[in-house]
Amino acid sequence: MNKEKKANKIMTMRQAVAAHVSDGCSLAIEGFTGSISFAAGHEIMRQKRRDLTLIRMTPDLIYDQMIAAGTARKLICSYIGNPGVGSLYAIRRAVEKALPGPLEIEEYSHYGLVGRYAAGASRMPFFPLRSYLGTDMLEANPLIKLIDDPYGSGKVALVPPLNPDVAILHAQRSDRHGNTQLWGLLGMQKEVAFAAQKVIIVVEEIIEESVVRADPNRTLIPGLIVDAVVHEPYGAHPSYVQGYYDRDTDFYLAWDKLSQEHGAVMAWLDEWVYGLENHAAYVRKLGQEHFDRLKPEPLRAPSVDYGRYR
Amino acid sequence: MSGTAYTDSEMMVAVAARRLQGARTVFVGVGLPNIACNLARYTVAPDLELIYESGVYGARPERLPLSIGDPTLVSGAISVVSMADLFGLYLQRGLVEIALLGGAQIDKYGNLNSTVIGSYAKPKTRLPGSGGALEIATHAERIFMIMRLKRRAFVDKLDFRTSPGHLSGGSSRARSGLPGSGPEIVITDKAILNFANAEKEMQLSALYPGRAIQDVQAEVGWPLRLAETIEEVAAPTAEELRLIREVVDPHGMYR
Repeated sequence: MNKEKKANKIMTMRQAVAAHVSDGCSLAIEGFTGSISFAAGHEIMRQKRRDLTLIRMTPDLIYDQMIAAGTARKLICSYIGNPGVGSLYAIRRAVEKALPGPLEIEEYSHYGLVGRYAAGASRMPFFPLRSYLGTDMLEANPLIKLIDDPYGSGKVALVPPLNPDVAILHAQRSDRHGNTQLWGLLGMQKEVAFAAQKVIIVVEEIIEESVVRADPNRTLIPGLIVDAVVHEPYGAHPSYVQGYYDRDTDFYLAWDKLSQEHGAVMAWLDEWVYGLENHAAYVRKLGQEHFDRLKPEPLRAPSVDYGRYR
Repeated sequence: MSGTAYTDSEMMVAVAARRLQGARTVFVGVGLPNIACNLARYTVAPDLELIYESGVYGARPERLPLSIGDPTLVSGAISVVSMADLFGLYLQRGLVEIALLGGAQIDKYGNLNSTVIGSYAKPKTRLPGSGGALEIATHAERIFMIMRLKRRAFVDKLDFRTSPGHLSGGSSRARSGLPGSGPEIVITDKAILNFANAEKEMQLSALYPGRAIQDVQAEVGWPLRLAETIEEVAAPTAEELRLIREVVDPHGMYR
């Protein structure tokens, strides 16, 4: 365990993946549309992990790539699409044609999977929600149960806790202990971090602990539950990081075409994943100008006064 | 494009936006619903607050969002919350007045399939799945469907029921304990359909200019019921078209 409060947890992505992501483990690389750690996914492919249970509400391009690469045997998710664009063809090939191998799917609606993380985070045996009545999801996934509310309000659905072996979360910034601040869409990052056995935080910037303490409401994930901190600027590309860079929509559109053929995906992986040493090499290959084009104009929030009480 | 010419998509957007008149909150998906909701803010519903399942309440996007997780939805919004809070405190709590939904298949009672074509175990086509659709269809007070008429989409029997509509019709939805009142209208590219009968069965209620009953029936996989009176829907106004083309969707992404 590396969760002592004051440990310096900074390491390279190669070290973090080697230390915490093993064959056959369950892994959640989360973040809704933005702040998706593509850098971690690529390193996991480079290290040739196999038989993973991949967990993400929206598998997005990163799991399309990882499933094409043959890293996974199972996918737990709630929406299989290229956001705003269309299909995820590599996942469809795995489901429809068992290419490159069969893929087991365990699926939920969004609230159901969020609920699984929430139950996992607080170590509860289930999460109750008013979903799934009148749907075929109950048959498709026997882990979703309907019960009678013991207080008499009728049927309530339950989903079991989900505690991934590892969660990998990209954020704007953290200190070297893993005290992590993020803003923009909050998705399910807090719940999955508290649910997971091991947490790897990947950030655009490393900050001092004093910066964290100056704005504690923005700290969603405490270093207390973090095992590794990786400093990886642009590590969420082609997804975005609020305030740092925009989604590379051209890439998402290009993937829609490219991914329709397995061979083209493998050629892309050869060039952009296996052929590169690490994410810094990927950033260099794309070039700084590419990222300059994705930078938004600033729109800063005014700071608030917490007050000093002594 | 000149004069009064308009596309099917523009007609669908104009119709959906008009139906949002007076609404306070709407749950928005990408594509046509997104354009319709943003158009409504400029026309019939200036106080309309847009809710996105990604966790945004009161979005004021400065560009047309390319996905429901677009960063433009965050900047300038009233509140950005976790998805647990969005689904629990906003949707399940009952704060969503209207939602716009679509799917790959719809049946005569407005149930939707967005999961698979073929069997679930061995699908011919794997579709995206629920996302938040199942919850939206469960909890929104009023549901507007927005779907192009196609025989393969308007089917007698769904391959999979992802999101509940009026279930098997009549009072079956209410009896099942589902909270929302279920689908109210289906906005298509040729006509508006509704469920305003005791059986809650989809019926043709209004035709777009130049469309005939048989044009609609030809694209529906069961004998379509007709409302007692079938109205004609007005074409998009010049102002609606200007707003769609110049303000809401200037790049014509969904035209």
